[in-house]
Amino acid sequence: MSACTRELLNHSSIRIRDIIDAIEAELLTQPSHMDRLVLSVCGADLMSDVLAFTKAKTLLLTGLTSVQVVRTAGVVDLAGIVFVRGKRPSQDVIQLAEAEDLPLLVTAYPLYEACGKLYCLGLKGCSELESGGRTGEWLTSGA
Amino acid sequence: MADIRGVETLMSVTYDIAARDFVRAGEAANKLKRLLQQLGLDPAVIRRAAIAAYEAEMNVVIHSYGGQMKVDITPETIEILCQDSGPGIPDIEQALQEGYSTASEEIREMGFGAGMGLPNIQRSADQFQIESTVGQGTTLHVTILHEAGE
Repeated sequence: MSACTRELLNHSSIRIRDIIDAIEAELLTQPSHMDRLVLSVCGADLMSDVLAFTKAKTLLLTGLTSVQVVRTAGVVDLAGIVFVRGKRPSQDVIQLAEAEDLPLLVTAYPLYEACGKLYCLGLKGCSELESGGRTGEWLTSGA
Repeated sequence: MADIRGVETLMSVTYDIAARDFVRAGEAANKLKRLLQQLGLDPAVIRRAAIAAYEAEMNVVIHSYGGQMKVDITPETIEILCQDSGPGIPDIEQALQEGYSTASEEIREMGFGAGMGLPNIQRSADQFQIESTVGQGTTLHVTILHEAGE
């Protein structure tokens, strides 16, 4: 069992290729997406939560493979989507992501384990990012 | 062009929203976002407008018989007027509560219907009005101020 090596990488320079290494993921979209920056990570199956709580350049880990995940990503400028537990989206979903220039990945790890591995890389959760603002109000209002 | 209040509208666009078309659902909000980006508006303002438009669009797709979203961009605001014909909302106060939902299991499997749509719209809006007539439909009016930023 390996200990969590959080903050090993500078969190402002983690790219899709680092994500691929960390969770043994496969890139489903164009190879140029390897170089995309990721600033934070969110794990969710509720699209309204993704809309409410993610920041720009957030990587979404989800078990949903519907076209709505790609539409949601477009609305809030996600850095990419990782489908967990080996779930593969349909060709239509991949085509829409290519058209939207959105990286799609698939990993065999379940949601919790994939999130844990990325957390250990030093990637922040959406609530840990410094920039607060309206989308981060939930942190201070209820907690 | 100026409207009845004498407010200059820089641009006005209207998107048709089809009921139960889950493949195209979200297209209008994504088109609106790209338009606002082309206009060079503040990214935080664009984000709030896109989120409000997307949740409103999903509500029309999920709950109504179809509708339209009209967006006016003025020097001070983005005005989103979303009108549908449909069953309407019997108890608006209840519908505005986080977690309250009448959506089916099918909708939930797509990642929606968690009862966060209207609260998310409210959270994104600087002004928010909703009117509904049971058996006729619902009208939603969202105002987002350019200067408010985040």
